[in-house]
Amino acid sequence: MTARAERPWLRTLIVVALLIPIAFPLYWALVASLTSEAALFSDPSIWPADPILSHYRALFANRDFWTPVRNSLVVAGVTTVFCVAVGSLAAYALARLEFRGKALILGFILAVSMFPQISIVSPLYLLLRGMRLINTYPGLIMPYMTFAMPLTVWLLVGYFRQLPKDLEEAALVDGASRLVAFVKIIIPLAMPGLATTAILTFIYCWNEFLFALSFTLGPERQTVPVAIALFRGEYQVPWGEILAASVVATAPVAAIVLIFQRRIVQGLTSGAVKG
Amino acid sequence: MSARADPRLTQDRRLAFAFVTPAVSVIALIAIFPLLWTLWNSLHLQDLRMPWLGHPFIGLDNYAELARDPRFWSSLGHTLFFTVVTVSLELVLGLIIALAMNSTFRGRGFARATSLLPWAIPTVVAALLWRFMFDSQAGIANALLVAIGVLERPMVWFIEATTAWIPVILSDVWKTTPFVAILLLAGLQNIDRTLYEAAEVDGASAWWRLWHITIPLLKPTIFVALIFRTLDAFRVFDLLYALTGGGPGTATEPIALYTHTIILQHLRFGYGSALSVVVFVITFGLALIYIRGLGLRLSGEER
Repeated sequence: MTARAERPWLRTLIVVALLIPIAFPLYWALVASLTSEAALFSDPSIWPADPILSHYRALFANRDFWTPVRNSLVVAGVTTVFCVAVGSLAAYALARLEFRGKALILGFILAVSMFPQISIVSPLYLLLRGMRLINTYPGLIMPYMTFAMPLTVWLLVGYFRQLPKDLEEAALVDGASRLVAFVKIIIPLAMPGLATTAILTFIYCWNEFLFALSFTLGPERQTVPVAIALFRGEYQVPWGEILAASVVATAPVAAIVLIFQRRIVQGLTSGAVKG
Repeated sequence: MSARADPRLTQDRRLAFAFVTPAVSVIALIAIFPLLWTLWNSLHLQDLRMPWLGHPFIGLDNYAELARDPRFWSSLGHTLFFTVVTVSLELVLGLIIALAMNSTFRGRGFARATSLLPWAIPTVVAALLWRFMFDSQAGIANALLVAIGVLERPMVWFIEATTAWIPVILSDVWKTTPFVAILLLAGLQNIDRTLYEAAEVDGASAWWRLWHITIPLLKPTIFVALIFRTLDAFRVFDLLYALTGGGPGTATEPIALYTHTIILQHLRFGYGSALSVVVFVITFGLALIYIRGLGLRLSGEER
């Protein structure tokens, strides 16, 4: 549009003005995590005037923050790999094969993805307690699949639909079975889509809170968000360490977002815009 | 139908069955079965603090108690208030950001990545950042408001319901507006550019183009964003757990947090199940509208 093209600096200015409030809280958390608690309460500075690492040291030395980081990596990692593996099969069938009840299954998966998690907390708790899985990795991975599986299937159906049909059809004409065509042609073609789906699923699992809070009992199996939310100080809120932990919890997802932003945007919007 | 005779189609159907079954049974086992169990439990007394009472069938007694429970009604009210306020703010601000970012300019990738960050971080972390910024002593909000003269002295935000809602709403708007903006931006990029060019040739103002081209054509995307956000806001839990804990007292407690307290602190699984069913029914009603809206476009795309 010409009006806009004439004043590119104005647009840049508007965008910068909108980005400042978006970025500032994250920047401030980073600066404050490097500031001593005394300075934080008396004379906080917008710039990291005298950065210290003592909050990070306390976080890993005194609070053993490695344990929640490890727990989160295990739970989110296993859930993601399992859901992408199983979900990609279902998504391929739903996107490319003709069979009865397809629309019904798609609707069912979409409906489950919108479940309020709280509505299944009590039976899942009783179920996991009965199986002695409270406070274990499987006891988190299983509940995580309730939201991760519908998410992966839904995203992958979108990707498989976009793939060109010609190569697959050619292989079928040459006498390859569907299964061979899927493994040899579709999977390699869909690699970028599988990666994006894995990234999004991992982020959702990394950030999950309600199930992790409900189905763990102590620090040995708590995930990162639960550990941070339950930080307690002896006399007051240990802000320095909370902020340091927040930076640690944010760093991996921030890195993923900055590296893969184009793909993440595609993944987030493909389901919503194209249907 | 000749489909029955075609070996390829039979083979396809078998493969489809084999491929779909694992995912669907996982979902059924860990989502649908527990949901039915919740429904069943909501008709029973189950209090793990008093196991000697057993697990008797009590009909709709849990629902009757719920109807008389003031804390249920107020938590429902808080949830609705939170949903309406945050979703409307997020849609308006999201549209503004999307419009501003809808063109090529230097650093666009960077702008988009930055605006994705609040969406990507754990909600608990976002809540704690805002609690820190609104802390009565170390909070930068107080420092800023005192400096520009809005406040005379630092204020304790979380001690009163009216002021506690401010950081709650700001933090949710901060965290999810970028997501809304990115959805809307994708919708904007699907609009045919020639429409704008034609309108400009006819001398239409930017305002006219917004109201007569952009908004009508963006309606489906706006609708999707609206429903996504409504469902998400209605089940709000993490944000309020970490930001206010539902307090002061229970003045900002949402329904998901109340349900969680009933189940995992009071151990009243029967009554908690009745609360869960209510949350589910409301969400499901909203989701049905969504599937109906989306389903139309799904079938349109396939043909």
